[in-house]
Amino acid sequence: MTIDNTAVDTAALRLDGVTMRFGSVIALSDVSIHVDPGTVTCVLGDNGAGKSTLIKILSGVYTPSDGNFLLEGKKANFSSPRDALDQGIATVFQDLATVPLMSVWRNFFLGNEPTKGFFPFRRLNTKYAKDACKAELMDMGIDIRDPDQAVGTLSGGERQAVAIARAVHFGAKVLILDEPTSALGVKQSGVVLKYVLQAKERGVAVVFITHNPHHAFLVGDRFFLLNRGKMIAQYERADVSREELVRAMAGGAELDALAHEIETLTTE
Amino acid sequence: MSTAIAAGDERLARSSTFVRVMRRPEIGALMGAIVVYVFFSAVDTTGTFVGLNGAARWTDVAATTGIVAVAVALLMIGGEFDLSAGVMVGTSGLFAGLLISEYNMPVWPAIALTFVFAACIGLLNGWLVVKTGLPSFIVTLAMFFSLRGVNLGVTKLLTDTVRVADIDEGEGFESARAVFAAELWQPYGFKVAVIWWVVLTVIATWVLTRTKFGNWIFAVGGDKLAARNTGVPVNRTKIVLFMYTSTSAALVGIISLMRLRSMQAGQGVGEEFVFIIAAVVGGCLLTGGYGSAIGASIGSAIIGMAFIGIAYAGWNTDWSWLFLGLILFVAVLTNSVIGKRFSGGRK
Repeated sequence: MTIDNTAVDTAALRLDGVTMRFGSVIALSDVSIHVDPGTVTCVLGDNGAGKSTLIKILSGVYTPSDGNFLLEGKKANFSSPRDALDQGIATVFQDLATVPLMSVWRNFFLGNEPTKGFFPFRRLNTKYAKDACKAELMDMGIDIRDPDQAVGTLSGGERQAVAIARAVHFGAKVLILDEPTSALGVKQSGVVLKYVLQAKERGVAVVFITHNPHHAFLVGDRFFLLNRGKMIAQYERADVSREELVRAMAGGAELDALAHEIETLTTE
Repeated sequence: MSTAIAAGDERLARSSTFVRVMRRPEIGALMGAIVVYVFFSAVDTTGTFVGLNGAARWTDVAATTGIVAVAVALLMIGGEFDLSAGVMVGTSGLFAGLLISEYNMPVWPAIALTFVFAACIGLLNGWLVVKTGLPSFIVTLAMFFSLRGVNLGVTKLLTDTVRVADIDEGEGFESARAVFAAELWQPYGFKVAVIWWVVLTVIATWVLTRTKFGNWIFAVGGDKLAARNTGVPVNRTKIVLFMYTSTSAALVGIISLMRLRSMQAGQGVGEEFVFIIAAVVGGCLLTGGYGSAIGASIGSAIIGMAFIGIAYAGWNTDWSWLFLGLILFVAVLTNSVIGKRFSGGRK
């Protein structure tokens, strides 16, 4: 199996033959992906495919055992998620992105608080933070009436949207979304997918990690399929239909066998 | 998107000034304080509770509770407990007292060394909590009992009694006493500890609500992983809070030592829960991520009024513990009802 990675190096992020071993367990084997600015790259995989390991490599939690991790053509050198963040890779983890009891503006600027004044009187610039938060969210099409309201009062989709808007605001070049729609209903998923496209339009390289080929097909420009730690297929948007994607994702023949099995069960 | 806007409108309609005030975490404590004040004014048999003489008495209790309760509140908002805060009052008083009486150290260096020592205990508490991942309830409970043993053991070893005395013979005692234990505004005799309490409450409130570090406190208590994912130094924030708690306990220890000119080895034991009660009455959630420093101070004022008010009513002071229990229960119930009613965001 060969994967075409011959594009000129305009990629925001590139993994080249990356392998990740934990003792004798090979979690990822010879995985190559590239992510261009202003595109949405979907990484699809079922449970245990290696999605979580991949996210952790991209977000700086793990350093790959083998292979190259290039950021804008240069070798990435992260020792922590904070390093990755500082170099423009923002990761929005499912359910672990915002603090529910804190207000929207406090969440928005968490870890990047704007301050004014001099030590020891350095303090939060609350007025700027509230206005900037409201304006930035409005720009993404999220209408938060009151930046003082607790994030816990927002819907699941809006919470993800706040996290995405935050990453974009702080100049993320690469935005990694970990299953952003998996816990949401149809409508809320639609809301989040819209913000994914908003981020893309602003030139961000979006990595959308999901097990839902329908959601991926709605927004993706390029699709990578992971299975059991290996890259099993790669498609460009123009070359693939939704049905093909769903089929490939489910493992083609395996799904036929499963359908047959269920059929026999229900007819018995 | 249309659903989001509709939801926004709904919420906006409910956000009147009244609701905004009722949303404050310390509102329950403030109403409670008014009720308690009126109650003890009514049952007062000495006629002094309402006046400045009475105020000088209850603010003293409130101050020595509140200085630590405010720190405990910040720590609880940061998602941790410190059960060793009570015994630390005794430990620091004894530490300073022994340096002065047994090792003839001048008073001011002894006090400075005590604050360093207390900060180290807080550092140890915090470091153990973040490194072992054990609940702080357990780690600081272990610290509580260890220090309780050390307090008695070391004091007996060095003095052959269970108290440290003769502090007033130390060099610089009078100036230290003026700073930590003076009485102001005669003839009422307000304690200088009240000024420490008010100043520390104002600073803690400012730090909590107006600074970057305050934002981190809410975040590490509200959702540790989300905080870490956005780049908040979670462990450092928690360790600093533990150090703040132990040094504020040391401040109260020094205040008692300077005031009484001696220290009992059992001093402070049992106070840890009074601090937690003050913080919880003041609106702190036991689960972290929510609360207020000024609330903890109002909670301490309620406790001060209760202790003094019960004595002024001519009742046996043993009843004050029952009163504390009732206050705690009613306050938490009120806070939770108000919270559900007005904030919506609280879980």
